[in-house]
Amino acid sequence: MMTVDEIMMLLTEALPQARVEIEDLRGDGNHYAVTVESPSFVGLSLVDQHRTVFAALQGRVGGVLRGLTLTTIVPPLGDES
Amino acid sequence: MIGVMQEDRKQRLIDPVVLDRIYAEIESDHVVLFMNGTPVFPLCAPSAQAVQILGLLGVRYKSLDMTVDPSLRLAIRDFSDWPTLPQLYVKGQFVGGNDVMRQMLETGALQSLFERHAIPMNG
Repeated sequence: MMTVDEIMMLLTEALPQARVEIEDLRGDGNHYAVTVESPSFVGLSLVDQHRTVFAALQGRVGGVLRGLTLTTIVPPLGDES
Repeated sequence: MIGVMQEDRKQRLIDPVVLDRIYAEIESDHVVLFMNGTPVFPLCAPSAQAVQILGLLGVRYKSLDMTVDPSLRLAIRDFSDWPTLPQLYVKGQFVGGNDVMRQMLETGALQSLFERHAIPMNG
């Protein structure tokens, strides 16, 4: 199990420029829909974008965090926000 | 170079007999899905989604149930450097899990991938 705050903290620590949205799908601490938009994804394949998020979550995906629905977004060109 | 590093990692992490089996399985059909359960009875929501996406595109595929295959169940994660099931392989190459499949479906990249490999859809 993980809380929204724990997920948010790990993601923003590893990907400080990312825009992160977390939706708690069931309130059971295990099912979250996470959307991450990060300049770190530029030039990466979709698979490697997802791997970047898994790495940020430090081995919890598939372990203590079972129900992660992940969507990654590459920021539009020239968007420095 | 990255390819060589990935091969080293696989050989370091996975028993050679199991590794040979994984290579045989991913090359046993054009499209191979490692999942929990079967297409008729998927045993987790992500596996069900992968089945649904392939069904929607009408792609024929081979599925392998990892709940009854303990030697592959963990090794396939090391093989692909991917922590979860399901896992989709096309022409022996790792494509991704269900979220990657969903994102690729939405952009049309999954359809393009099948077209590029001359894999029939909707039939």
